[in-house]
Amino acid sequence: MSTEQTGALHPGEHLDHEHKPRGITRWLYSTNHKDIGTLYLLFSLAMLFIGGSLAMVIRAELFQPGLQFVDPHFFNQMTTVHGLVMVFGAVMPAFVGLANWMVPLMIGAPDMALPRVNNWSFWILPCAFAILLSTLFMEGGAPAAGWTFYAPLSTTYSSDSTAFFVLAVHLMGVSSIMGAINIIVTIFNMRAPGMTWMKLPLFVWTWLITAFLLIAVMPVLAGVVTMVLTDKYFGTSFFDAAGGGDPVMFQHIFWFFGHPEVYIMILPAFGIISAIIPTFARKPLFGYESMVVATASIAILSFLVWGHHMFTVGMPVAAELFFMYATMLIAVPTGVKVFNWVATMWRGSMTFEVPMMFALAFIVLFTIGGLSGLMLAITPADFQYQDTYFVVAHFHYVLVTGAVFGIIAGVYYWLPKWTGVMYSERLAQTHFWCSLVSVNILFFPMHFVGLAGMPRRIPDYALQFADLNALMSIGGLLFGLSQLLFVWGVVRCMRGVGDKASDRVWEGAQGLEWEIPSPAPYHTFETPPVVK
Amino acid sequence: MRHHILSALYSARYSRLCLGGLFMFLCQAAIAQESRYNMTRGVTEISQRVYGLHMTIFYICVVIAIIVFGLMFWSIVRHRKSAGAVPAQFHGSMKIELLWTAIPVVILVVMAIPATQALIAMEDASESDLTVLVTGSQWKWHYKYLDYPIEYFSVLATPRAQISNEAEKDALYLLEVDKPLVIPTGKKVRFLLTADDVIHSWWVPDFAIKKDAIPGFINETWTRVDKPGLYYGKCAELCGRDHGFMPVAVEVKSEADFEAWAAEQVALQEAARTADAAATPMSMDELMTLGEKVYGTACAVCHQASGEGLPGVFPGLKGSAMVTADIPGHIRIVVFGKAGTAMQAFARQLSTSELAAVITYERNAWGNDTGDMVQPADVAAAIQGGE
Amino acid sequence: MTSNASLVRRLLLVCVAMFGFGFAMVPLYDVFCRITGINGKTEGVAAAQPAGVDLSREVSVEFLARSDADMPWTFVPLTERVRIHPGDLQIVEFEVANRSGEALVATAVPSVSPGEAARYFKKIECFCFEEQALAAGETRSMPVQFYIDPALPERFRNMTLSYRLYKSAHTASR
Repeated sequence: MSTEQTGALHPGEHLDHEHKPRGITRWLYSTNHKDIGTLYLLFSLAMLFIGGSLAMVIRAELFQPGLQFVDPHFFNQMTTVHGLVMVFGAVMPAFVGLANWMVPLMIGAPDMALPRVNNWSFWILPCAFAILLSTLFMEGGAPAAGWTFYAPLSTTYSSDSTAFFVLAVHLMGVSSIMGAINIIVTIFNMRAPGMTWMKLPLFVWTWLITAFLLIAVMPVLAGVVTMVLTDKYFGTSFFDAAGGGDPVMFQHIFWFFGHPEVYIMILPAFGIISAIIPTFARKPLFGYESMVVATASIAILSFLVWGHHMFTVGMPVAAELFFMYATMLIAVPTGVKVFNWVATMWRGSMTFEVPMMFALAFIVLFTIGGLSGLMLAITPADFQYQDTYFVVAHFHYVLVTGAVFGIIAGVYYWLPKWTGVMYSERLAQTHFWCSLVSVNILFFPMHFVGLAGMPRRIPDYALQFADLNALMSIGGLLFGLSQLLFVWGVVRCMRGVGDKASDRVWEGAQGLEWEIPSPAPYHTFETPPVVK
Repeated sequence: MRHHILSALYSARYSRLCLGGLFMFLCQAAIAQESRYNMTRGVTEISQRVYGLHMTIFYICVVIAIIVFGLMFWSIVRHRKSAGAVPAQFHGSMKIELLWTAIPVVILVVMAIPATQALIAMEDASESDLTVLVTGSQWKWHYKYLDYPIEYFSVLATPRAQISNEAEKDALYLLEVDKPLVIPTGKKVRFLLTADDVIHSWWVPDFAIKKDAIPGFINETWTRVDKPGLYYGKCAELCGRDHGFMPVAVEVKSEADFEAWAAEQVALQEAARTADAAATPMSMDELMTLGEKVYGTACAVCHQASGEGLPGVFPGLKGSAMVTADIPGHIRIVVFGKAGTAMQAFARQLSTSELAAVITYERNAWGNDTGDMVQPADVAAAIQGGE
Repeated sequence: MTSNASLVRRLLLVCVAMFGFGFAMVPLYDVFCRITGINGKTEGVAAAQPAGVDLSREVSVEFLARSDADMPWTFVPLTERVRIHPGDLQIVEFEVANRSGEALVATAVPSVSPGEAARYFKKIECFCFEEQALAAGETRSMPVQFYIDPALPERFRNMTLSYRLYKSAHTASR
């Protein structure tokens, strides 16, 4: 894609645009897409560490058989809040942060289309999580029915913090929906002249599709938590057989949201990887059109496969077969993506800076998670896998070594553009190798204990699982510590320590975001660039 | 930059060796210790089919992974800038893209055929020889034989001291139960599953059975086991605090042994009913000894061995007004439970003497020293009189 | 190009529609269950009389009854198992006794297994169609008149009809 910059981009002129508000109000009232992007990313980093600490409580308790540290009820709160914090607090806001920063820069827009909405959608989030985390300190504790909060465990049998949990989920939903609307409107209306649909960078495409998924399913989540609320406090019986309701219906509605939700957490990562691989292979992305089509097909199929989360509830054979076939079908577009990435590397001229290393790790480890997903789709085998650590291994491979590695790759990739400073390659490579090794020590053995019969969400286990659980706990601790290197690397850049980054940053980088100076000025593309 | 690239490459190569070695090691480990690191083959025709299916898909996935990662690593080694690679500029090929859409479809069809056949065989529970109603509740299983007048609860038998690390853990830690489900060999046994409170999931890996027990609704599944033995499983669906302490154990006996067992059970349950009806008075010592035992298995899970409960979740009994003053209220709540809470109606699970003993124990333990004695007859009267 | 405001309006409309859809799934799910037999739900209203009898085969039907954990009622089927031809009218009785010291209203929730056979289970008369009120200490026998639809596929040879008795909302404390 060739671009021609109009006057706005000469460095000298930018000095005029640099007056940004100072102090706390800059952040509280900010409507600048870059500031809000930064806020989202920092918030998500904080949540990553909070969610990680909860996971460390889980891993500490599971280090040895027997109950050592926490009561089983508190353990259930840990698994529940860990899941909620990581899904809604770490992964989703990180992607929104990246979208805030990069979508306007990639499409040549001066800002997001709805800057005030943008401010609101961010500041709702800290409130939502303050409410959610405060339940940990209430009598009866935080929600403990798992992040999937199946009824009636989450209704009739839950603690009184359920009302706060429902409120927090509503706020997260509102924030996500506002963010998604903003991104859609920005992409529809703010593209620079000449930035046609099929010239959009893949990160923009994947986010556009993700935003539509968010708009379609977050309201369904809002609906289902509302039903939980009224069932618990207002005497309705949506999920209570006694009043003519059905607990299984909860699972159908929840997973109608839940399955698209897992693609919400991976599609933007596909976009990041699709930006990084061509840069470091110095070769255009292979099969751009098929990438777009594959992303859209994954999104559409995601509405038809929710039943594979609930094969054991006793569905008719025909329904089980339908969900099995539909789920297997998702492997096709996902495979196309992986093949396209490999084909992009093929006969390229590759270098292996840290964003590329994380992207390569993403491809390998996400594919492992994808393949275990394919195994999980096979209904008869799923009866053995369902609700075991095999499932835990599967979704941590796609979410940690998939989504989180994708986010980290993206942060390293764009950090020089944001801060104007190159991160320390040595520190970042150390971070990469420590993460790669420890994350596999943490999650790979989960496949084995799961297959051998260890159920998920248990605070204590039979003796046969002891050795691998100890190993996994050590891996978890190492993985957590490794992320401190990441924080250090990012903080260095934010403080301006390091080599000055060039405007293009990476030799093979293509796209509008690399045409502007590094660090990206406070205001960019006030006169739209023309894309040829 | 050059230095970084070289070091990265060195690392990439090194990592490939490492990963390859790790993979080989894990495969060998998996083969050597199958049941510890892989799905069990199980003991039924269905479980062996499921195992076969699992391994087939696993091998297909391994082959796919080797091809894809192989190409990728080949490319990483050969097409790197430091090796002087000059980037090609191709960015698509309709032919190859169609090919790698079509090939996976074929592979998926190959996987789907045996999966479909296995699934249809698994879901046919008709024409069974024996039917057992399995009811899950927090946190125990109840088995009721529809063809015999036998029903009982099955709860974790691992002593609390082992869980809290005060005693050595034995080999069957968290697996053994007080009374396993007993079924005969060579018979098609149908399981009907339901639950009393929240959703549970009844799982026996050796039979490849996992089915949710859903409150208010009924599910079914079946098995036919030819090999006698004791098989262990677990509750697989998060069902509250003690979800991890709700094992399933199934003892498969030869047909003759099963019939003998059934006859014995029928006689035992009959005798228990007679004893219950007689409601013989017990001494304080008898009540307290039996009460402590019953409390440990039925009550301590929630109310804790210390009687202090868990604030905000399970009420404490130590010093509670109900336990120290209101005798009829105390009997009523133990006998009939409390709606919408984990407090169950224990009249269904315990005999009148056990109920009387545990109520007496609660009224005199942990410094509650009320000196009250509740006799089986008091409990029987409460059950007769109703809530 | 659509203006920002109208695009936002449309997207918000989608959100509202999807929120509604979440709730619409409740009745949709019910319909879907009856068609596919998820959870073995049966019709809550009386079925028509059978058209004919299929004498060529028999189906074994078992009956289960259980009252909810906090219901002080006993509830048992007086017949545990019958073998009938599809199309044959059959009446079975369930006995319910209120052992509590107060009048209570209860609802019986039926569930048929296997779920796919549920829609061939036709009830002409059933105590589960309406709430049952029992005075303190009262015992009553409650009938179900049903037949198996001769259209039942051959592969179903066993069926189970299970009732669970719940305290009705009128008297329930929750």
